[in-house]
Amino acid sequence: MTDLPSRSIDLKAVLSGSSPTVAKDDHSEGMSYLQSLPRRLVTLYLPLSIIVFILLFPFYWMGLTAIKPDEQLIDLEKFNPFWTWNPTFKHIHKLLFESYYPHWLWNTMYVAVCATILSIFASVLAAYAIVRLRYKGAHWVGGLIFLSYLVPPSILFIPLATVVFQYGLFDSPLALILTYPTILIPFSTWLLMGYFKTIPFELEECALIDGASRWQILIKIVLPLAIPGLISAFIFCFTLCWNEFIYALTFLQSTQNKTVPVAIVNEFVDGDVYRWGSLMAGALAGSLPLVILYAFFVEHYVSAMTGAVKE
Amino acid sequence: MADIALQPRVAKPQIREATRWDLIRTNKNWLGFWFMMPAMGFLIFFLAYPLGLGIWISFTDAKIGRPGAFIGIENYEWLRDDSIFWLSVFNTLLYTFIASAIKFAVGLYLALLLNENMPFKAMLRALVLIPFIVPTVLSALAFWWIFDAQFSIISWSLKHLGLITQNINFLGDSTWARICVIFANIWRGVPFVAITLLAGLQTVQPSLYEAATLDGASKWEMFRYITYPLLTPIIAVVMTFSVLFTFTDFQLIWAMTRGGPVNATHLMATLSYQRAIIAGQLGEGAAISSAMIPFLLAAIMVSWFGLQRRKWQQGENND
Repeated sequence: MTDLPSRSIDLKAVLSGSSPTVAKDDHSEGMSYLQSLPRRLVTLYLPLSIIVFILLFPFYWMGLTAIKPDEQLIDLEKFNPFWTWNPTFKHIHKLLFESYYPHWLWNTMYVAVCATILSIFASVLAAYAIVRLRYKGAHWVGGLIFLSYLVPPSILFIPLATVVFQYGLFDSPLALILTYPTILIPFSTWLLMGYFKTIPFELEECALIDGASRWQILIKIVLPLAIPGLISAFIFCFTLCWNEFIYALTFLQSTQNKTVPVAIVNEFVDGDVYRWGSLMAGALAGSLPLVILYAFFVEHYVSAMTGAVKE
Repeated sequence: MADIALQPRVAKPQIREATRWDLIRTNKNWLGFWFMMPAMGFLIFFLAYPLGLGIWISFTDAKIGRPGAFIGIENYEWLRDDSIFWLSVFNTLLYTFIASAIKFAVGLYLALLLNENMPFKAMLRALVLIPFIVPTVLSALAFWWIFDAQFSIISWSLKHLGLITQNINFLGDSTWARICVIFANIWRGVPFVAITLLAGLQTVQPSLYEAATLDGASKWEMFRYITYPLLTPIIAVVMTFSVLFTFTDFQLIWAMTRGGPVNATHLMATLSYQRAIIAGQLGEGAAISSAMIPFLLAAIMVSWFGLQRRKWQQGENND
């Protein structure tokens, strides 16, 4: 279709905002000097600020609702709804000390960490075997794993519910820890395959000649070099676990076993007009851990996201 | 490896014949099998087996707590005459089509905007991705509150701007409810599309645009004949993912409307949950979710060919 040259995707540059190396050589600002400021205001800054405003407004609203006193929440005429002068911690207090919320946070964290570790372990072995051992049919297995990434939880939850019930795992965190890897493994295997491919073959050949076993090569050579990939996979899996809803909704029943997303939807929605404050406080507190994690590992997120698509 | 090489040589080890055990130990296929074990175990027991089991259940009259007997395609015949099922199919297609089209358009536009040179570029890009990071259910709750019938901030703002006199019943009216859930889905999906397309955009060499400018190309021509062709492969993949996940969406709808009002926002996934888990009709629910499989297969085919073309287009041998 075209033979225009293109370079491989530089993941770090996507977020750090640094121009790609070639661009730096000639003009770091590209051709943007051709545009006047008023023109840029209309074609760039205005639409961009509208989109960013829409994308971030729900979070502002969430945070504001969480600290607004009840009477201000339901009286929009007397008080300006966009701001509050007397914030209250009542909702957050109610959330932390009068509900199972800390319990739910702990459950979510526990399930997410266990499922992520399990899946990373399985994916590292699988990805290494597919990329480097190249056993018979490795190519096909790689394709099948990609296909399994495309099987959504929405068509699996009914049969999985019967399986979980048969194994006696119903209403236990173990049910989630064992089923979440089906979502995580395809993704992280695919991601790690990409990372392992970038590690020079020669390093492994040297180690093989020195008498290292495949296991030693994996632990001592490949993994240390693939640490950025491992972090990306870990963070992204963790986020996916935290975000998962339908399995947790189906497999868990008792109130104190639930994970944050399910618990908030089921336990906090009680038809009370005053529920909004604590509901939003709960939503905010449930998102904060991920946002903080995200703030520290921004470029790993992006490389995980684009990495899965890139391969 | 270093410590192996540096060990002092005490005695020269004797070279012995390779035993059968040695051969097995270094056999690629045998080793590969053991390396694949954990991943395959999970995927077979909790993915492949349930996938088959789900199709089997859809041919039985299983209920919760009772294994069903084989009843052929009765569940499907039942669904064929079920107007709610067809409504959910219509809703799903509408939801997927509109949301994906807008996500693509806005995402591409946002990616182009973010690709420009401007102050605070890195921070803006990081901020844009936040809706994608936050759990869907939790942001759906925020939308639920924003679209509340009585205390909606949107109704309030529009009223104070003098555009409307009555509160809009966002989630109580079928048309509005559809618009709201589609909006929330777009809101959540745009960052993903934008950031992945941005990664693609950054691989396009700036010199191409400079050459095009010298040749007198307009902005649109540059987009049409340089940016778009170079982005097609990544667009194909991103949009397949986007379509797939929109089509099988469950949590957003469940948190915002639970399929209401009068089933106007029921998707196939939510309907199957309602029939299978809440009403206990596992067989019927499984039939609804199995009915999604043909659509998914179509999406996977598109993705597959998208990937093939990408390899060929970039002239990279995939290893």
